[in-house]
Amino acid sequence: MLLRVHDLSCARGGVPVLERLSFELSPGDVLVLRGPNGSGKTTLLRTIAGLQPPIAGRIEAEDGAVAYGAHADGLKATLSVAENLRFWAGVYGTGGIDAALAAFDLVQLQDRQAQNLSAGQKRRLGLARLLVTGRPVWALDEPTVSLDVASVGLFADAVRAHVAGGGAALIATHIDLGLESRVLDVSAHRAVAPVDALDEAFL
Amino acid sequence: MIRLFSRDLTLAVRAGGGFGLGLAFFLIVTVLVPFGVGADTAQLGRIAPGILWVGALLACLLSLDRIFQLDFEDGSLDLLATAPVPLEGVVMMKALAHWVTTGLPLTLAAPVLGLLLNLAPAGYGWLVLSLALGTPALSMIGAFGAALTVGLKRGGLLLSLLVLPLYVPTLIFGAEAVSRGASGQAATTPLILMAAITLGTLALLPFAAAAALRINLR
Repeated sequence: MLLRVHDLSCARGGVPVLERLSFELSPGDVLVLRGPNGSGKTTLLRTIAGLQPPIAGRIEAEDGAVAYGAHADGLKATLSVAENLRFWAGVYGTGGIDAALAAFDLVQLQDRQAQNLSAGQKRRLGLARLLVTGRPVWALDEPTVSLDVASVGLFADAVRAHVAGGGAALIATHIDLGLESRVLDVSAHRAVAPVDALDEAFL
Repeated sequence: MIRLFSRDLTLAVRAGGGFGLGLAFFLIVTVLVPFGVGADTAQLGRIAPGILWVGALLACLLSLDRIFQLDFEDGSLDLLATAPVPLEGVVMMKALAHWVTTGLPLTLAAPVLGLLLNLAPAGYGWLVLSLALGTPALSMIGAFGAALTVGLKRGGLLLSLLVLPLYVPTLIFGAEAVSRGASGQAATTPLILMAAITLGTLALLPFAAAAALRINLR
């Protein structure tokens, strides 16, 4: 078991958005999160990544099991593709970046500065970062934004290889990735609008 | 963590990184003072320690909001917070990189600017020593302020308002050490007190700044 989420409730800006959410990820699992905009997918992923505490429930995962892929890629404009990736490989203490460059077709671009990349190329570099983290659970927030069809294919291949190697992925997305996956619709777990206790106190 | 430090240095010296900005500001401030105060060399020599210290402090302030703001905007702060490095260490490395790109050049350039202000010959050693001991505290306190204001739009002004009062003790002891040294008095006491402030900030503020970052990232 790589990740077990038990009866989780989480909040965004103090307002509860999701409640009583439970699921498990075993090696080889891909779980796709679905739900309309604003339904709390990003909040759930940030909570699982450890950036904010849950308001109720438990998240069981080994320390440092989750690699988080956000909307923003965290790239430095004046560093080259290889420098950006090598920095993250160094931070995570993993070895080479060659496999990650090859997986997202970035070998030809490796000496180019990140500010001169197109939006889709930046996204590919952001996704290549996941490969150098060496972490088993990927928590990804709309990873395919601004990717073309071929790049979505590269991404799906990378996820397939990752889960085949004993990893797991939790992906919030609106498109069909062509992966064998389970689907979790978070809109069923939307938090009920809190009763305004303050108003009641004055009535 | 060494990676983070060297990345920040690389970013600072590449185009648009702002390296040398503080130094140029320091130069201009000290050049402007004689125009404002007049060319009376005795008077300039008297106020030189204070002017040099205030100039160094303001120059340091100039680049503070870049410490975390850029990383926050491009998302790398989120990723660093989830990476296997302690956030306290991230704060330390960022403050260190800020000091190497701002405090250290200021310290090295200060004697040249002391010449422009007719600082007494005995004061140069004390000037360099006091800046070398005091500017690390300026960077560390600044990193704490930057961590507090990281999520705010236009947080730079608020950052200055928060940080400048905290700079007062360092400024008092730093300027005092230089003016005592310049006039031939014993200057070790203010210097030791300032070193104590620096060590205290280095020991405590990384934890405070990391806590502030965690809250701001929620």
